[in-house]
Amino acid sequence: MNSSLSDSGVSERLARKASRHVSERVIEAVLFAAAAVSIFVTLAIVFILVRESLSFFQHVSIVDFLTDTQWTPLFDDAHFGIMVLLSGTAVSSMVALAVAIPLGTTIAIFLSEFASQRTREVAKPILELLAGMPTVVFGYFALLFVTPLLQRLIPELPGFNLLSAGLVMGIMIVPIVSSISEDAMRAVPMALREGSYAMGATRLQTAFHVVLPAAVSGVGAAYILGIARAVGETMILAIAAGMQPNLTFDPREPAATITAYIVQVALGDLPHGSIGYQTIFAAGLTLMLFTLTFNILGFWLQRKYRERY
Amino acid sequence: MQPPAPSDVALIRADITRRKRWDLLFGLLGVLALALGLMTITALFVNMLIDGWARLTPEFFTNFPSRRAGQAGILSAWVGSLLVMLVTASVAVPLGVAAGIWLEEYAPKHWLTDVIEININNLAGVPSIIYGLLALGLFVYGFGLGQSIRTAGLTLALLILPMIIVATREAIRGIPQSIREGAYALGATRWQMVKHHLLPYSMPGIFTGVIIGMARAIGETAPIITIGALTFIAFLPPAPVTATPPFINFDWLPAPFTVMPIQIFNWTSRPEAAFQQNAAAAGVILVAMTLFMNGLAIWLRYRLRKNIKW
Repeated sequence: MNSSLSDSGVSERLARKASRHVSERVIEAVLFAAAAVSIFVTLAIVFILVRESLSFFQHVSIVDFLTDTQWTPLFDDAHFGIMVLLSGTAVSSMVALAVAIPLGTTIAIFLSEFASQRTREVAKPILELLAGMPTVVFGYFALLFVTPLLQRLIPELPGFNLLSAGLVMGIMIVPIVSSISEDAMRAVPMALREGSYAMGATRLQTAFHVVLPAAVSGVGAAYILGIARAVGETMILAIAAGMQPNLTFDPREPAATITAYIVQVALGDLPHGSIGYQTIFAAGLTLMLFTLTFNILGFWLQRKYRERY
Repeated sequence: MQPPAPSDVALIRADITRRKRWDLLFGLLGVLALALGLMTITALFVNMLIDGWARLTPEFFTNFPSRRAGQAGILSAWVGSLLVMLVTASVAVPLGVAAGIWLEEYAPKHWLTDVIEININNLAGVPSIIYGLLALGLFVYGFGLGQSIRTAGLTLALLILPMIIVATREAIRGIPQSIREGAYALGATRWQMVKHHLLPYSMPGIFTGVIIGMARAIGETAPIITIGALTFIAFLPPAPVTATPPFINFDWLPAPFTVMPIQIFNWTSRPEAAFQQNAAAAGVILVAMTLFMNGLAIWLRYRLRKNIKW
């Protein structure tokens, strides 16, 4: 090696290597900080919800919150029975699932077992466009298109009702159910299908007796994530189901959901720190607990089918 | 083995025909289910177009909201949406891409990495209205940012962050290992490899994710209502670009605002039919925008799959 190079050149290159090392470390730290933001977001959500809910529960006992059958937080005779809002959420989610589960599962089986590559390439973008539609527009559609349509079938149906909001919400959830179910079905190994075909089964028999049972945890995950989405949906319900708290299990009635209540309070002008302001955080915490449970269950099931094959 | 009797063969044939008919029937059912989805999009769009057609005039875009439905417009709403999107994009894109790069290229096999990954999955499933409550407690009252464009932009940025992280990770994961090894073999550091190879090659994929995220953000209503955006705004925030140096100003960030979906919600919830026509007209514009953005993303992804063969 040339000695003149080794004297100044090498030390300079070593110095550059050291500075390169430092800048690499700095960049890595910056990238890590960006990834860690997500942790802070979660912590902040939990902190805010829990802090405001704690001051709420200093005024209202948790037993009343869970067992009272009236929800009148802004009246003089205030009652805080979350059950009332939960009933609206439960009924509208049921209606939505009654639409989304049959439709979504049919589409998933069709796309995974029956459709050609070309059909799939046309169908999937349609589903994606459906999933990307703004929910406020779905709300308009439910209130001013679906409800008048339903009123021809059920003349006594009021202008605000859980049925039409739930139906439209169901259509909105179809892409979630179908895409996750389809992923699970396509993850089922070909050999299982080939075995079934070799025994003389048709596509439909193979789909229902071999593929669907093999993909059951993934399909279950799709349903559960669909429920989580329905429970958290806000605008369709706030627009089309009305904002009147109503303890009911009849989808033909108007009723407020947890989400619609939060919107209603936010639209008014409640002072920061008042009991009314704190109720939306208690309602939000309840909502968060439900969706978190469904999401964790869903991801757990999804992971299970991914591990299996 | 005995050959089957002719009557058995006929029975079996009949059975096969019957089962094949069921197959066909289910295929039709599948097409029907898909058609229902397409029909919903069409009915929604056409219904709004018919309701709002008369209001889709040039003045509709240049008028402020008004108490008289016939003179009301969406000027403050679309300007507000544009400015909020500007904040959202400039926060969510760098943050999301950086987080995606770290998770895909830097993250060690460590419990902390697992926690971050599970956490991002969970955040993607948190209802949007919860982000609104977070923003109300943290940004509006905690940091004192007020019910402003910056609060709304930050809230929506947090909302779409998981989408951008996931898109970035998927785009980077598709790049073959040999590219990385080639760069290292030439003496590149990790960051040089990322900057000169991974980022440029994954750009179209990241861009697709960003467009889908922005399409989601522009139609998002609930979190913005929760932070307390006003529904009646008859003025514009200060312009971000000025004629005098330094040409850019940030006075618009703390300004009160309204956005397209809020304006639609406000008009929809009024009992007068004239205001609901306004809602339909604004809805047509919002739907056209999201359909265009999502369509662009789908087309980009399609081209990407066709053109890139590693």
